Amino acid sequence: MVLEHLIDISLLVFLAVISVALLRIKDLFAAVMIFGIYSLTSASLFMVLAAADVAFTEAAVGAGISTILMLATLSITGREEKTIERKFKLLPLLIVSITGAVLLYGIRDLPPFGDAGNPAQVHVAPRYIEQSPVETDVPNIVTSVLASYRGFDTLGEVVVIFTAGLGVALIIGRRRRLPSKKEASSHE
Amino acid sequence: MSGLGIWNYVIFIFLMMAGLYMVISSTNLVKKIIGLNVFQTSVFFMYISFGYIDGGAGPVLAEGVTLYSNPLPHVLILTAIVVGVATTAVGLALTIRIKESFGSIEEDDLHKMDPSI
Amino acid sequence: MNDHLILRVVGKFLIPYVMLFGLYVQFHGDFGPGGGFQAGVIFASGFVIYTLLFGLRSTQQIVSEGFLRVISASGVLIYAGVGVASMLMGGEFLNYNVLAANPIAGQHIGIMVIEFGVGLTVASTMTLLLMMFAERGLPS
Repeated sequence: MVLEHLIDISLLVFLAVISVALLRIKDLFAAVMIFGIYSLTSASLFMVLAAADVAFTEAAVGAGISTILMLATLSITGREEKTIERKFKLLPLLIVSITGAVLLYGIRDLPPFGDAGNPAQVHVAPRYIEQSPVETDVPNIVTSVLASYRGFDTLGEVVVIFTAGLGVALIIGRRRRLPSKKEASSHE
Repeated sequence: MSGLGIWNYVIFIFLMMAGLYMVISSTNLVKKIIGLNVFQTSVFFMYISFGYIDGGAGPVLAEGVTLYSNPLPHVLILTAIVVGVATTAVGLALTIRIKESFGSIEEDDLHKMDPSI
Repeated sequence: MNDHLILRVVGKFLIPYVMLFGLYVQFHGDFGPGGGFQAGVIFASGFVIYTLLFGLRSTQQIVSEGFLRVISASGVLIYAGVGVASMLMGGEFLNYNVLAANPIAGQHIGIMVIEFGVGLTVASTMTLLLMMFAERGLPS
């Protein structure tokens, strides 16, 4: 138990360090690559927390597809973030610290990490774990909950993905054929 | 071990605030989308850690295992990750269109060009 | 990417296994970690590798965007179709118990078919997204 907690906390510290690096870096190309590392580290964290399915998805989606999409975007929009020597911005830091302080105050009410008696563990989860083998005979409970018990929810998720593809197709799908619309600024 | 558990939550909040700070303070739209993703991931960690039980196996039934993690957060987050990449793609597509129409993806420049946004 | 010989050879070698692994994750999702969402993304990443190595035009020769759009919509249609089928057979929407003579077999059929629909939609949408982004980046 102790070992798992230690791995968990050290991966989280890695993630915190990576997020600070993401904040500070100005080169967008490097930022996207660091974001890929962030996703891969979070996939390992999901694995430590016994969520193999989630780790799978995060590794393929976060470190694979979204990194590629961001790189494709950067190839169009340029890789440098504009660096203007502006004065230290107080307002965002203030907002973030106040929100963070409120959330930290709320930690006191959270259940202890990893305890089997937590509220999340005592309502529907035992029902799924006990009845899923009887009712669906599928060993992977995640699949049976995803596809059978919460099938309507998953239908919604699939429609969301389809709609996102549709939206992107409408926004950037076909190149406009009107040459008059091409400003000189579009070639850089 | 509750001490370590508390630090878990503290780091979730730190990651969430790092993402929020990135969204608010950076002017580049791609950087904002990265910040949004960091924010989103911290929520995923939170859910998955609520489902974690000490010594619990992953929720795949096997002989001789009695304690399983809670499968419900896994299902929710699994779909949330894929939906997250879909929304990220829409955001990036909008960024590309903004670049093509305005020639910049910096919030300051866009604001100067069109004060109504 | 024409000059990266090692990447091209290794990539060519790797792509079939990536796609095979995607299919494994798709159809083994009942028994181990996996399912339609993961399988779709893994299968799409095979096309991603191919596009990165050999260019968008070669990928378009294998799968056209129109074909992917049809597949993407038909995945949703298969999923919703299972729901309608279960209604026609006398159950509730997406109640798989009525799909076969005994409820367990019905559940198996239902889960397998809807996971297949999910996999189709996710794989084709992810590939389509990549192709549209790459198309936009090409000099016109």
